[in-house]
Order: sequence, then C-alpha cells, then structure tokens
Amino acid sequence: MKLKLHVWRQNGPNDKGRLETYEAPDVSPDQSFLEMLDDVNQALAKEGRDIIAFDHDCREGICGMCSQVINGKAHGGQERTTVCQLHMREFNDGDEIYIEPWKAKAFPIIKDLAVDRTGLEKIIQAGGYTSCHTGGVADGNALPIGKEAADYAMDAAECIGCGACVASCPNSSAMLFTSAKVAQLAVLPQGKVEAHRRVMAMTEAAKESDFGNCTNHYECQAACPKGIDVKFIAKLNREYLKALIK
Amino acid sequence: MQLTQSSVGRKIIMAVTGIVLVAFVCVHLLGNTSIFVGADAINAYAQKLHSLGPLVWVFRLVMLAAFVIHIFFGIQLTIENKAATPEANVQVKRQKTGFAAETMVISGLVLLAFVIYHLLHFTVRVTNPEIYVPMGDQGMVDVYYMVVMGFQAVLPVAVYVVAMGFLFLHVSHGFQSFFQTLGLSNDKSLPITMNISKLIAVVLLLGYISIPVLIVAGLVKI
Amino acid sequence: MILDGKCPTGPIETSWDRHRFETKLVNPANKRKFKILCVGTGLAGGAAAASLGELGYQVEAFCYQDSARRAHSIAAQGGINAAKNYPNDGDSIYRLFYDTIKGGDFRAREADVWRLAQVSNNIIDQCVAQGVPFARDYAGYLDNRSFGGAQVSRTFYARGQTGQQLLLGAYSALSRQVKAGTVKLYERREMLDLVVVDGVARGITCRNMVTGEIESYWGDAVILATGGYVNVFYLSTNAMGCSVTAAWKAAKKGAYMANPCYTQIHPTCIPQHGEHQSKLTLMSESLRNDGRCWVPKKVDDCEKAPGDIPEEDRDYYLERKYPSFGNLAPRDIASRAAKEQCDDNRGVGPGKRGVYLDYQSAIERVGEDTIRERYGNLFEMYEKITAENAYQQPMRIYPAPHYSMGGLWVDYNCMSNVPGLFVLGEANFSVHGANRLGASALMQGLADGYFVIPYTIAGYLATVKPGEIKDDHAEFKKSAEDVKAQIDQLLSIDGNKTPSELHRELGKVMWEDVGMARSKESLEHALQRIPEIRDDFWNNLKVVGSNEEYNQELENAGRLADFLEFAEVLAKDALHREESCGGHFRTEHQTEDGEAMRNDEDYCYVAAWEFKGAGVEPELHKEPLKFENVKLAVRSYK
Repeated sequence: MKLKLHVWRQNGPNDKGRLETYEAPDVSPDQSFLEMLDDVNQALAKEGRDIIAFDHDCREGICGMCSQVINGKAHGGQERTTVCQLHMREFNDGDEIYIEPWKAKAFPIIKDLAVDRTGLEKIIQAGGYTSCHTGGVADGNALPIGKEAADYAMDAAECIGCGACVASCPNSSAMLFTSAKVAQLAVLPQGKVEAHRRVMAMTEAAKESDFGNCTNHYECQAACPKGIDVKFIAKLNREYLKALIK
Repeated sequence: MQLTQSSVGRKIIMAVTGIVLVAFVCVHLLGNTSIFVGADAINAYAQKLHSLGPLVWVFRLVMLAAFVIHIFFGIQLTIENKAATPEANVQVKRQKTGFAAETMVISGLVLLAFVIYHLLHFTVRVTNPEIYVPMGDQGMVDVYYMVVMGFQAVLPVAVYVVAMGFLFLHVSHGFQSFFQTLGLSNDKSLPITMNISKLIAVVLLLGYISIPVLIVAGLVKI
Repeated sequence: MILDGKCPTGPIETSWDRHRFETKLVNPANKRKFKILCVGTGLAGGAAAASLGELGYQVEAFCYQDSARRAHSIAAQGGINAAKNYPNDGDSIYRLFYDTIKGGDFRAREADVWRLAQVSNNIIDQCVAQGVPFARDYAGYLDNRSFGGAQVSRTFYARGQTGQQLLLGAYSALSRQVKAGTVKLYERREMLDLVVVDGVARGITCRNMVTGEIESYWGDAVILATGGYVNVFYLSTNAMGCSVTAAWKAAKKGAYMANPCYTQIHPTCIPQHGEHQSKLTLMSESLRNDGRCWVPKKVDDCEKAPGDIPEEDRDYYLERKYPSFGNLAPRDIASRAAKEQCDDNRGVGPGKRGVYLDYQSAIERVGEDTIRERYGNLFEMYEKITAENAYQQPMRIYPAPHYSMGGLWVDYNCMSNVPGLFVLGEANFSVHGANRLGASALMQGLADGYFVIPYTIAGYLATVKPGEIKDDHAEFKKSAEDVKAQIDQLLSIDGNKTPSELHRELGKVMWEDVGMARSKESLEHALQRIPEIRDDFWNNLKVVGSNEEYNQELENAGRLADFLEFAEVLAKDALHREESCGGHFRTEHQTEDGEAMRNDEDYCYVAAWEFKGAGVEPELHKEPLKFENVKLAVRSYK
C-alpha cells in the first residue's frame, strides 16, 4: 500500500504547529500503525531529517502511552483499540491519513505528537487510592466482596490512563478518567471509607489541572480504547451528591 | 461553595434548574393546548391562574431564578470549556455526540431571546397592542382572542416555529442529561432515557408549533 | 573471587524472621534525614518508593515513561502466585518454595526463594486493601486458578490484566506518597550513570528526555528496579523502552552482572509477520490449558490450510514427548519443543516459524461459549493482530524472548556488591534461578518492593551518615561530563545506519546464536559478530536531531550502545556454562531424547561477571549454591 500522511509537527509548547505531508510508500497490511510510522521515521532519519516524535511503549494496548488522533478520531476510532493495536489493513491503498496529537489546554505539546499528561497524574494524586499502609492490613478474604461489585470495579479499573477521553471530549474534560477511579474504589469496601473525600478532591484536581467540565456528550466512551462506560460518570455524580449532602 | 464553584456541583445546578424549566414547559404546553377545546376553556384556565394571586408571583420568581441561574452557569461553563480546548485539531470527527449536544449554548441563547419576545408578545403586551381585548372586571384580557389574533401574521408564527426547533434541540440533550448528572442512569437505562428525551422533545415541538401553525392555517379561528 | 550471598543460616522456616530481627533499624526521627533514589516505577520500584516514603524516608523516584503507571509490569496478563491455600488443595509456603526452586532448575538461592514464598501471602492482602479488583467467586471470596503447569491452584488474577491491576495498586500507593510529599517523582528521566564515590553508590546522573538536560541526583542509597534486558534480542515481548541501560551503567561502575545467560523464551506469542516488525506480542500462558500444540507430520503439508490436514497427519508433539504434562509443560520446555519442530522444517505460517495452537477439541468438549468466556480477550487480541479467527482455525504461535532471570548480583538484602546500590525485581538475579514459573514475576516484584527492601535497606542506612556526600561532590560533575561526552559522541558520528537498523542486526545474531538453543559454535560466532556490530555502531551510526530536545533516536542509540556491550557478556556467560539448565540450553548437553542435562558437579553456582571494558575479558566471580532443604534432582515433566 501507498499512503499519504498529514502529520502535525510542532517543536514545543510555544511553537506554532503545522501539518506536514509525508509519503509512506511501502506499507504492509499486517503492520501496526506505529510500525508504519517507524518506517516513515527510518526513511526520514536516513535523509538526515528530523523524525516524527510520538509517545509509545508497550505496543500491546495496555500501557496507555500511545496517543494520536487519526483522521479526527482519538486512537483512530476503531472500537476498543489503541493506536498501537490499530493495523494497516484497516486502511486502503492511496488513503490520506491525518495524524494529530491530543489537543487540550491540560495537555501541552512536548513535540509533534507527544504531549504532557501530568494533569492526569494530579487527579490520581489527589485521592485515587485507599490510604492503607504497607503491611498491617487484613487478610484478603476477611471482607467478602460480591462478584458483581468485584466485576464492576474491574470494569472501571481497566482504564489505561491514555487520555483519549480528554482528547475526544468537546470540552477536554477528564471526567471519564476521574470517574473510573472514583467508581472502582467507591464500590469496594476498602475504598468506601474515603469515598466522600476522594470524589471531592479528585474532581477539584481535575478542575485545577485545566480540564473542562463534563456536559454529557459521551464522546469519551466511544473513544476509550478500553470501553470504559459513562455509567461511571453517573456513579461519580452520585458519589458527589452523597458527599455534598452528608 | 462546592456547589456553585466545582465542576460537578455546577453541573448539578444546571440539571436541577434545567428540569424545573422542562417541567414548566410541559405544564405550559398542557395549559396552552386547552385552546383547541375552545375560547371558554383557555379563558377559564387563564382565570384560574389569575385567581391564585400572589402565588403566581412566587411561581414567576422561582421560574425566573431557575432561568437566570441556568443561563448564568450555562454560559460560565461554556466559556470554561472553550478555554480548555484552545485550539482544535484540523480533523475532528465526533462519534457519539450530536448537533444538539454541541450547540446547547446556542440553542439556549436563542431560547432566551425567544422568551423575551414571547413575554413582550403575550405577557407584557408590548409588541402587538391591538390583540388585547379586556374581559371581565379583574383587569384580564380575552386570552383566546389574544392568541388567535397574535398568530394571524406569518412572521410571529415563523419565529415561534423556529424557536420551538431550538427548544427541541435543547431538551433532547438536556432531559437525559439530567438523569446522568444526578447519577440516575447506568449503562442499561441511558439508551432508554436518551430515547425518552428525544420523545419528550418531539412532543414539545409538535405540541407547541401546532398552536400557531393551526391558527395561521385558519383551522383555529375567532 | 567467591561471593557471599549473606544468607541467614539455620532452619529455613524461620530464616527471614530471624534476619528481620537481626537487621538494624533506623530511628523514626532519623529516617527523614536519609534520601533514597529509586529508579524505575514498576511493581518493584513503585512498591519500594511508596513503602519507603511511607516509612518516612525522603524518596526520589525516576521513570523514563511519562507516568509511573506505564512501567512494563503493566503488561503481565496471567496472575500472581501466593501460598494462601484458599482452595484447600494442598498448597503451602513450603510447596511454593519447592516448586519455585525446582522450576528454576536448581539455580536459585534457597533462602531468597523461601522468603519470597513466605511474603507472597502478604502481597495478596496488601493488594486487596489497595482496592485491586481480583477475581472473586459468588460467595465474595478470592478466586484462584492453576497456572503454568502448577498442580495446585495458587494463582490470583484480575481478568487478563493482573499486571495492570497490581501496578495500578502500587502506583496509587505511590501517588498517595507524592501527595504527602514524601516521594518526589521525576518522569521522562533516563538514568545514564551511577555515581560511585570511594566504592559506594551515592547517586545517579539522568537525562531529562524532554529538555536534554543532564541532571545529577544524590542519595544515601540507590535502588534500581529497572526491569529486564531481553530487548537485547531486538524483537521481544518487552516494551519498546525496556533496556539494560540502567543496570549496565551500574555494571560499568563495578556492580556484577549475574547469570545473564538465563533468558526466558515464552512459548505462546504471536509469530513474526515480517521484517519491519517492532515487537512481539505475548498471549497468556493460560491458553495452553485448553489448546493443543501441533505441527504437520509431513513437510509437504505445511503450506496447506490446517483444516485440510487430517488428524493422523498431525503431530501433537508436546503430548507425544511429555505424556503427563502434555501441553502444560513449563515454558522453557514448550518453547524449545516448538523450535525443534520448526527446525525440522515442519513449522507453519510466514517463514515457517510457527506452530498451531488448536482449540477444536476443546470447543467440541466444552463448547465455544465456554472457550469465549475463558479466553475471549486473547482471541480478540489475536484477531486484531493477525486478522484470523481462532475459533475457526488454529492459532499460530511461536516463542519469543520475554523475561530475564539473570540480572545484577545481589545478596540476601538485595544489595549489590557496590555498597548502597540495591537492585529489585527483574533487574536482579535472585529468585528464579534458570527459569521462571508463570505468575511468579509479579510476586517477586511486589515482594521485593513492599516487604523486603523496607527492612533490608535499614540495615545498610543504619551504618552510614545521612547526606554525607551530595551532588556538589566532584564525582557528580565528572559523571555528568562523561554522560554528556557520550551523547556528543553518538550525535557526531554521522554515519549511515540508524539505531534500529543496528539493533535489528544485533537481535538477529542474538536470536540465532544465543537464543533458545546455544552451542559452542554458535556462541563463538556470536562473540565474533557482536564486536563487529559494535564497531559498526561506533563508526557508522546516524542519530538525527540534537540533545536539547525530545529525541527518540538518541535515546535508542544510547540504549543500543549498552546492549552491544552487554550482549557480549551474555554470550560469554552462555559459553562458559557447560550445561543445560532452565532457559539456558546448550545443544552439547542434552540427554538422548533431547532433554536438558544439568551439571551440578561443576556449575551449581551463580556466575557473576565483573565488566572490565568493552572487548576486555570480564572477570568471573562465583557464588556457590547450597541446597539444604531441597534435594537436587533431575527436573522431569514426562
């Protein structure tokens, strides 16, 4: 396959970015999207030109490092798929592909397609944990947890923290990300203890990190490579109300 | 403090004031459709409301408060949300949200303008002084006459129809949003509330535009 | 030199408890005066940084990713072992200890393994308290499954994402300490040197991967929890950023590299599809619980569609060779068997490097729905990558480098031979011997981080004066200059080969000659080729861009430079070890039916290599292994 790529190039947060066009002359349908970009970069490097910077690491869809908006959709829009798991057989010979970074005030661009997602860290640091000490905890089976609750928590806990929810949200809101952690811990007895404090602190941290407000577009769920459900946002709202009126 | 400044708190305020407004719009429609029963029906309805005295003013103040708060926070949140995305990508393809959800602030502002016009039209009686005919000795007017005469020209009818289009958009996103925001939805109920939301919006749209349209079409007359 | 692992003597059952009692403590009021650097934020590093911060030490944690949550521990799928014996099926600390020693082919220290088995239970409790959503049964109790051929069900799991959930647990504990101000996090930092003053580890030199700034950090102790080195094979299941660099920089400053030849090749990975592939994807070993491995009996059949090959023409080679364990044979054995079939020219798929893993009989036995329930996410992943539906046709799998049992040498306290340098998790060599059992890596990482280092580091810190040497010391300046000089050198070669081209070349040599089966001949070939590639690297490398920016080519070049030195030591270790054990298989040392043949008489020791410079013969130090609680036996899975 032969493809034409329009790639966002930007030298840093203060540079004015622009789209530049590259050819990918010999793409195998079995390649992953990132492997296709690797080849483009190899060709650029051979010519002594600056390569396209993009974040990636595990390349098996779990670390959450890869972050690209492809043809206007975070991670390329294939259901439950990260960029690294997107394969070139989804494209056709002669296609033009737009590759752009996560764009949000909370995610300043480091270079080209790589962004700074420290804002998400701040949200977790505000309360995305149980305050248990290392050692001195009860036996794992001391508190039975219903299978339903355990499964519900696991559904929420699948979040990989990639930020696609923010990138796809018309408001750049991190509510799905925040709610996944709030919901996971609120439903488990170990996390319930601090549920009120947690939901207040985490939503406040999201605001302070310049993320926008949720207005129920549900774009985040559609873009989430792990299919995190917006029911967790409803759960967060419920937890918030409880905390408010307690 | 939390409620009026935090992200979720303000969202809850939007939902609660929004649902109050939706409830009003529904009741208002029910009352208005009595016009199809006849002049006596709608005038009796007006008479009944009038007889409530100070309660009407309490009601009006509550509605005004809900309306102002809803608009204030709506605009404030929208400004914040726009600021959170200073520059959009060249290519943006939405997968789930729609025109209605993306244009809430626009449909909202159009509705604000419409409500002002509507009040001038029928409540404060500024725009069309010729349509008010006194009835009884309580300072009331003939509501049936007022409404029918008010929709004789095409322009006001067009304004109402277009405005109701925006009401449709606003409610179709807003109603289901209420459930999500108050945490009353989950993965099973959300698709249902989204459909109910659209249904209510359609009913409001058809219900409201039926009045001016049937009048201008000559099917409801003096 | 004969190394001393400083293991406690006496009855093993009480060894860890006695050691904990005998280890000195640091006064609570003094803890905050000590600064500890922790490089790597995976299970071991994240857990260690969080636990030490909570104890009151000042901790600074470093990772090369943009978040501590992205360390490659996150990719582990299967589960984590613990000797809880919840299913009442006969498990015990002793059995987990025994299985781990035997699984490691009797090349691990008894005391370390005992401690691991003992604290395994605390790990589960800790993770549950953190809100890790382990699988549970309808009564609400923790669910277990058997894994990797273990005869008891001792594996705890969280769907197919156990590593992710455990890491997020450690990450949440770490985040809590960051908020509390006890841990300072430095993301997007790559450690490029260990600062050693008078033989003692005193700090590190890092490159800020965003700005290119070379930064110095001092600490009273340095912890490396920087993972494994199997990216030396270029194609592996490791993340793209995994490297030997941090460990190797320590080795270059005097830390010994132990048993580097023990590398694990995981049997159930998706085969390579072409030349431009960047990594291999692992699928959980649990797939072998129901899948049957086979290849065509006849070479001519290999090109045919699998459905067209009749039952009698299929060779279910694992069932044939290992009737009692069958498809559940340990990883090293299953991997080697797959390679043998492909070497026999009976492989399938592109390049004939693949074997079938067939679910047909399992689907007939339990139904497609049950199979979907058990492995749905894995089948989905397989389809995403290969566009093949494994419910309808057999999967193709092939072994891939996955884990390194070898690593920096440490004593029982997890301290390397360089005082003040501690090494945890996959980066050290300690508990897995020559082969790691499934679901044991997560156990080790968390054991080291939560329950070992918090005790053992105190024993060291109690002997040093806090903040004695800081980053104003001349050695820090020198280290930063050396790092800068190497970066300048990499950027100035301006040849015509990119780092990944050269890495691919190295990987090819390592895979062919130092991979699943090694011989004197192949190793000597590798030892001739590696220096050639290294010369090529230093003469023909091309790195575009500058240091003062986010430059991924430069990062890769730096990592490759270290792999090129390390690979030689790995091959040397493999050449010197004239026996086959676990992940190290020497074709000269096998039984008549092709099984590994250990040589306990001459090689029952840890080989710790002291690096003396590129191209210079490294010096071998030995730590003899004593087995007092387990009898050395032939590891048979027939």
